[in-house]
Amino acid sequence: MSDVLTQKQDELDILIEEQGYDDHFHDHHHGDKYQSNFIGHYIFSMDHKIIARQFLITGIFWAIIGAAMSIVFRLQLGFPEADLTWIKPLLGKWIVVENGIGTLSPEFYYALVTMHGTILVFFVLTAGLSGTFSNLLIPLQIGARDMASPFLNMLSYWFFFLAGCVMFYSLFLSTGPFSGGWTGYPPLSALPQASSGSGTGMTLWLISLTLFVVSVLLGGINYITTVLNLRTKGMSMWRMPLPIWAFFVTAVLGLLSFPVLASGFFMLMFDRGLGTSFFLSEIFIEGQALDRVGGSPILFQHLFWFLGHPEVYIIILPAMGIVSEVLSVHARKPIFGYQAMVLSILAIGFLSFIVWAHHMFMSGVNPFLSNFFVVFTLIIAVPSAVKVFNWITTLYGGNIRFNSAMLFAIGFVSMFISGGLTGIFLGNSAIDIQMHDTYFVVAHFHIVMGIAAFFGMFAGVYHWFPRMFSRFMNETLGRIHFWVTLIGAYAIFWPMHYLGIAGVPRRYYSFDTFDAFKHFGPMNQFITIAAIVVFSVQILFVINFFYSIFKGRKMKVKNPYGANTLEWTTPIEAGHGNWPGKIPSVHRWAYDYGKDGKEFVPQIIPMEEGEQAGDAAH
Amino acid sequence: MSTTAMNPMSFRNRIHPHKFALYASFASIIMMFGALTSAYIVKHAAGDWLEYKMPSIFYVSTAVLILSSIVLHTSYIGFKRKKEAVYKGMLIVAFILGIAFVVLQYQGWQILFASGMDLKANVSASFLYLITGLHAAHILGGVAAITVAIIHAFTLPFIVTEKRRIRFQLVLHYWHFVDILWIYLLAFLLLVK
Repeated sequence: MSDVLTQKQDELDILIEEQGYDDHFHDHHHGDKYQSNFIGHYIFSMDHKIIARQFLITGIFWAIIGAAMSIVFRLQLGFPEADLTWIKPLLGKWIVVENGIGTLSPEFYYALVTMHGTILVFFVLTAGLSGTFSNLLIPLQIGARDMASPFLNMLSYWFFFLAGCVMFYSLFLSTGPFSGGWTGYPPLSALPQASSGSGTGMTLWLISLTLFVVSVLLGGINYITTVLNLRTKGMSMWRMPLPIWAFFVTAVLGLLSFPVLASGFFMLMFDRGLGTSFFLSEIFIEGQALDRVGGSPILFQHLFWFLGHPEVYIIILPAMGIVSEVLSVHARKPIFGYQAMVLSILAIGFLSFIVWAHHMFMSGVNPFLSNFFVVFTLIIAVPSAVKVFNWITTLYGGNIRFNSAMLFAIGFVSMFISGGLTGIFLGNSAIDIQMHDTYFVVAHFHIVMGIAAFFGMFAGVYHWFPRMFSRFMNETLGRIHFWVTLIGAYAIFWPMHYLGIAGVPRRYYSFDTFDAFKHFGPMNQFITIAAIVVFSVQILFVINFFYSIFKGRKMKVKNPYGANTLEWTTPIEAGHGNWPGKIPSVHRWAYDYGKDGKEFVPQIIPMEEGEQAGDAAH
Repeated sequence: MSTTAMNPMSFRNRIHPHKFALYASFASIIMMFGALTSAYIVKHAAGDWLEYKMPSIFYVSTAVLILSSIVLHTSYIGFKRKKEAVYKGMLIVAFILGIAFVVLQYQGWQILFASGMDLKANVSASFLYLITGLHAAHILGGVAAITVAIIHAFTLPFIVTEKRRIRFQLVLHYWHFVDILWIYLLAFLLLVK
């Protein structure tokens, strides 16, 4: 009876006529009007699957650059006496050669640190992670032909590309790229004369990131609209796979927080170019007092961190979603506590908006105000702990396949626990008096949102590589990649906790002249060597990635993992529109593994007579 | 299984995806102006704040903008009721009023500038120029959308289809939105000074 009702409503619903599940797509499933030639198919493509690959490969490009930068400044920190003349061909005048010994110039050291942060946070872990997997999985897992607006989706990638071009160009300026830290605090960012990178370098940084905000907004609007409007028949919100929930909340966070950053950027542009004083007051440069009065640099910090804190969840939530799916599929068990997982994603999303000032405990904000932010910051531990508990419980008693995707997913859980625990230290404003701006902070955020997010991304790449390229990546290389990265990442960041507790400040060019920190030299050397090893094994991953695109083992069956979700019901080489003929309808949640004696029951299989839904809550 | 899960259509949001996307972008515009007005309040409370008199031409521009919203809505009703003359005529009037609003804002800035409240005079003035300027940029975006609507109106044959109705609604709702946004901004600038 409900089918008759549905049929009737179909006729009324223009949505269905235009792009719904019974959308008369049957006759032209091999290619469409957009894919008529090479440029339309591979470059200015509107197919979400191609756009996902564009985001991923651009992200990999930036990850190599960003990571290589960290190797250069790690060389400086680990081996301050070493001769760096050999990188002079690459870095040119930024390597100063004196008495035959080449050293990295301090200005460029700061530029490297700044660019490393900017590139990794925005271009790799925001665009490369959420851009890739939101694009790939949202339409495929909810059963849609494409995004709500494929055109805006294409624009989203090209704005990101443009942002990347501007940033890349700024690396080659004679005054160097911006060097005032990835947070772009005034006055270093507001006064072109403040440092060598504050001139053209900062101007290009601002232009680049403004373009990036446009990209995120266009993408986010699309993701939200697609999830809410274009789900196939039977795909209720409570049947959505967890990655979709994560991408959805991520997009909402981006949509609400990036415009605030844009406002801060506009004010910064006015301060830089038009002589206003939003963020400037009583500044002296080279003994000269500037006529800029009345502004407040703290104001920028508020605007920046109102984006900046949700931003770390924009980075980690997609990784959490991916990991939940990969753990469940490869443990052959339903995800434990599906509803709790969804609610904790929502709770984390909500809380992320009311904790931003914990980045500013030492900026001179009112200690009374700090208490408020301490409480909410520590409350985030609750939904995070719920998620960790559920991941571990999903693994418990599972029939685990230890492939590369699964290893990275388990590694994610390990990293998230290690990094999350130190967050409890830093969330306390009293402990932060000692810990702020030390290597403890560096260790904390690199483990919890850097390495963990990368592990989530690797899990996703290994897991969905067949869906993207119809081939598999090499498993042996994948496992080498995992073990070296896991051990190496801990080797890099574990010692940094000790450095931080001892008070070693972050962002310093050299510790040679500080008696208190000199004796950490060998530890810094160890960290640098570990970083080089981890970097080289990432190159191995990149080689594996590109080799496998062309020569990897072919995907012979539609559903190689025995997974339940809809992306494994498309043809092996899916064209634009994803499913030839009708879009499949959904009859159950995504996690019916090991139910009633069956190893897995895909979402498209109708419920049997008298069968209880696997998701007991519904 | 609950009954809602039995009938999948009850989950389907009936709103057109393009309209929903537009509303989502409103959320982000609200956040942007929300950030600016919050920064304004914080800075205002911190002192070193110069008060100024709002030039009365801003009230005229407000009236023009409200009128343009009404006119555009009349055009939309004309379109739905298949009254071609009302539809096309009112669309052009709305376009002219939109341009007039920006011109009036510009004159308001000139009056302020002449009174000594230039961009650099005080943070209060900087905020005024930034907020009204950014809003004017959003109005120009709306004017561009109305221009596209006019081109459609005069080049396509006059047929009322669902697709064209949705397209018109996109322009209309955006225009109403920036109109209400301006009323909020003006009220805010008058109340917190």
